[in-house]
Amino acid sequence: MPRMAPNPPSLDAVETVRVDCDILIIGGGNAGCFSAVEAAKLDPSLAVVIMEKAQIMRSGACSAGMDAINTYIPEGKTPEDLVRWCRSQVGGGPLREDLALSNARELNESVDDLERWGLPILRDENGKIRYRGAWDISIHGEQLKPLMAEKAIEAGARVYNRVACTQLLMDGGRCIGALGFGVRDGKFYVFRAKATINATGGAAGLYKSYTADATDSHHQIWMCPYCVGTGYAVGIRQGAEMTSMEQRWVATRTKDFCGPVDTISVGYKAPIINAKGERIMQSRYAHLGADKAPRYIRANAPMEEWLAGRGPTYCDTRGMDPELAGRMMTDYLNERPSFVLFLASRGQDPVKEPIEIYGSDPYIVGGHTQSGFWVDIERMTTVPGLFAAGETAGGNPNKFVGGCAAEGKLALRGAVAYIRGLTPPEPDAVQVAAEKARVFAPLLRGQGFDGLRALEMEERLQRLMDEYAGGTSQFYRTNEERLDYALKHLAMLRDQTQYLQAGDLHDLMAVHEVIDRIDVAEVLCHHLRFRKETRWQGWQTRSDYPDIDPAFDCHVESRRDPATGVIETFTRPYEQLVPGDRHKP
Amino acid sequence: MPPIIDPKKCNGCAGREESYCEEACPGDLMYVGADGKSHCHATRDCWDCMSCVKMCPRNAIETRMPYQLGYHKARLVPIMGKNAITWKCTDINGKTVTYKYRNRLDVKD
Repeated sequence: MPRMAPNPPSLDAVETVRVDCDILIIGGGNAGCFSAVEAAKLDPSLAVVIMEKAQIMRSGACSAGMDAINTYIPEGKTPEDLVRWCRSQVGGGPLREDLALSNARELNESVDDLERWGLPILRDENGKIRYRGAWDISIHGEQLKPLMAEKAIEAGARVYNRVACTQLLMDGGRCIGALGFGVRDGKFYVFRAKATINATGGAAGLYKSYTADATDSHHQIWMCPYCVGTGYAVGIRQGAEMTSMEQRWVATRTKDFCGPVDTISVGYKAPIINAKGERIMQSRYAHLGADKAPRYIRANAPMEEWLAGRGPTYCDTRGMDPELAGRMMTDYLNERPSFVLFLASRGQDPVKEPIEIYGSDPYIVGGHTQSGFWVDIERMTTVPGLFAAGETAGGNPNKFVGGCAAEGKLALRGAVAYIRGLTPPEPDAVQVAAEKARVFAPLLRGQGFDGLRALEMEERLQRLMDEYAGGTSQFYRTNEERLDYALKHLAMLRDQTQYLQAGDLHDLMAVHEVIDRIDVAEVLCHHLRFRKETRWQGWQTRSDYPDIDPAFDCHVESRRDPATGVIETFTRPYEQLVPGDRHKP
Repeated sequence: MPPIIDPKKCNGCAGREESYCEEACPGDLMYVGADGKSHCHATRDCWDCMSCVKMCPRNAIETRMPYQLGYHKARLVPIMGKNAITWKCTDINGKTVTYKYRNRLDVKD
C-alpha cells in the first residue's frame, strides 16, 4: 500500500478502479473474515472481495485484542437456554428470537474454529474450558485479529485495504455492490457484486465522551472510534429498514479510561460499591438479579449513585488474591493493554485501592444491543442483495465475538443462495459519476474556500447528542423537547456538510465519517422520540415517560425515503419463540 | 498523548514501502514524514490500542497516557515473541511488573 497520495488537481485526475466479484464484504472484521472463510468452504470458485477501511491484520474493534468470548454454550446447556439469557439481558425483549436462536446454534463451532486456528482458550487442569461466568470463557486473545485475517486471506479473499466505503452501488432498489475511495491511494473504487455483505463495525463517536474535553484524549472510549456507523449510514441512505436504534449500548466502564468492568465485577467477583461502601447491586437491585442484573441495569446503577450524591462508585478489588489480580491484569493486557498503563500512571495497585467506575458514552452496536438492519433469517436486509452480519445486523443482542462470527457464516450462506443464477447489471454511469463527485468535492474546494473542518462538525454533533439526546452528561436522560431540538440541529448540520473541507486524503476520510455519523444520529433520535416509555433505563431513558408502557412491547422500526430524506417510524410485533418467563434466564 | 516516537530509534522502516506502524494503525493515523521518521496525524485521535507499538521492529514507539488522565511517566512495553508476548509495566513510583503469556497455539495443519 503506497503512502498518502497527493491531492488530485481536479476530479478528472482521480483514477477509477473497477472490481467485479461474486460476493463483496464491506469490513474485514470478525464477521467479515468468517464470511470469507465460509465462502471458501462452500464453493472455492467464488470470487470474494473484502473492502477494508484500515488494514485487516489490525483493524477495528478487535485491533487491540480480546480477553474473553462472552457466549460459548457449556455442556448441559442448549441454544434455547442462551436465548433465554439474552432475552433476560434486554429486560424480557422484545428481540428477534429467530435470529438469536440461529446464531446460538452456530456460535460454538465458530469459537472452536478460532481455537483450531491458534487462539489460546484457557482450560483447567482437567482440560475443561474455564468459565468465568454463566456463558463467558477466558482467552488470550491478543492475536485474535491477526488470526482471523490470516484465515480470510488463506481462504482466497481478495482484500482491498485502506478503501473506505461511502455508498452502496444500486440497480433500482437492489444492491449490486459498493463505492468508495482509497484513503492512501486517492483512487475511486467501484465494486460490483452479485451480493454484498455489510459487516462494518457499529457506530462510536455519535456522543461526546466525557474525556473529550481533555485535548489529548478525544478517543479515550471503549468502542473502536474508527467504527463510525458507515455500515448503517449507507443502508439508511438507500431506504433500508432499521430496527431498535433507540436501544443504545451503554456500559459500566472504568472511570477516565473506559476499560471493561464486567471482567472485574463479574469475572473476578469484585462487587460494585458506592462512596459509602455499600454493595449497591445487592442492596438496591436485588429484585432485578443483584450482580446478575441485566446489563443496562448494571450500566445505569453507578450513574444513579452519582445523581443521588453517593458517588464515586467502584469495583472493590481490595484484598484480591495477588495471583488472581495478576490474571485480571493479563485479561486487560489481552484486550485493553493501555488500561494496565493507566493504573500505572495513577500509581495504583488494585489489590490495595478499588477501581473507580462510571458509565460510558452511548454506542450503536448491534453485536451488543439490537440496533441495526432489520434482516430476514438469511440475514438479508430489506434492500435486496444487501446482507448484514455482526454489529450491523439488528434484532439480536449479545452476539459478541462468537455470535458475530457465526452470523458472518450465516449471512454468507444466505448470500450464496441469493446469487444462484444471478447476473448483475453494468453499474449505472450517472450514479457512479455523481458519487465520485460527492466523495472528492471536499478535497477540491480550493484554498480560498471559507469552509469547515470535519473535527469542528464532529465536536458540534457530539455535544448536541450528549446534551439533547441522552449522553453521559445528562445521565442518559432525554425528553420530547430535547429530541426535537436535536433533530432540528441535525438537519442544520446535514445542510452544513456542503461546507466541509479536507486538507488531504486522511481528512477526506474524516469528512465522510462525520457525514455518516450525522445520518445515523438522525435515525437514532427518531427512534428515541417514537418510544414514549422507558424500557431500558440507561440505554433508553425518557424523563417524560419514566415507566414501561405495555403498548411498546414491540420493535420500533424506521425507514428513510431515499428521494425525500423523510424518516418514517413504525412498529413490528414481537414474537416469542422460546418458551419460558421472558424476564428470567 | 499517545503515541510517542523516539526519532533516534525510528528509521521509518527504511526500504519498506510502508512502515509497520503505518500498516498497523486502525485509524490511519501514522505516516512517515519528510524526515524519514514516523509521526502521528492527530495524537488526540489515538485509541491507545497499541497495535503500532507491538509492530515496531525497533521498539521506537511508546504509548503514553494523556496527562489529563494519568501522571508522568508510567511505561508499558510489549516484547513480541513467536507464540508469546511479554509485557513490562513500570508505574509512576518506579515499581516494575512483568507479565508473560502464550498468545498463539501451535497449529498443525
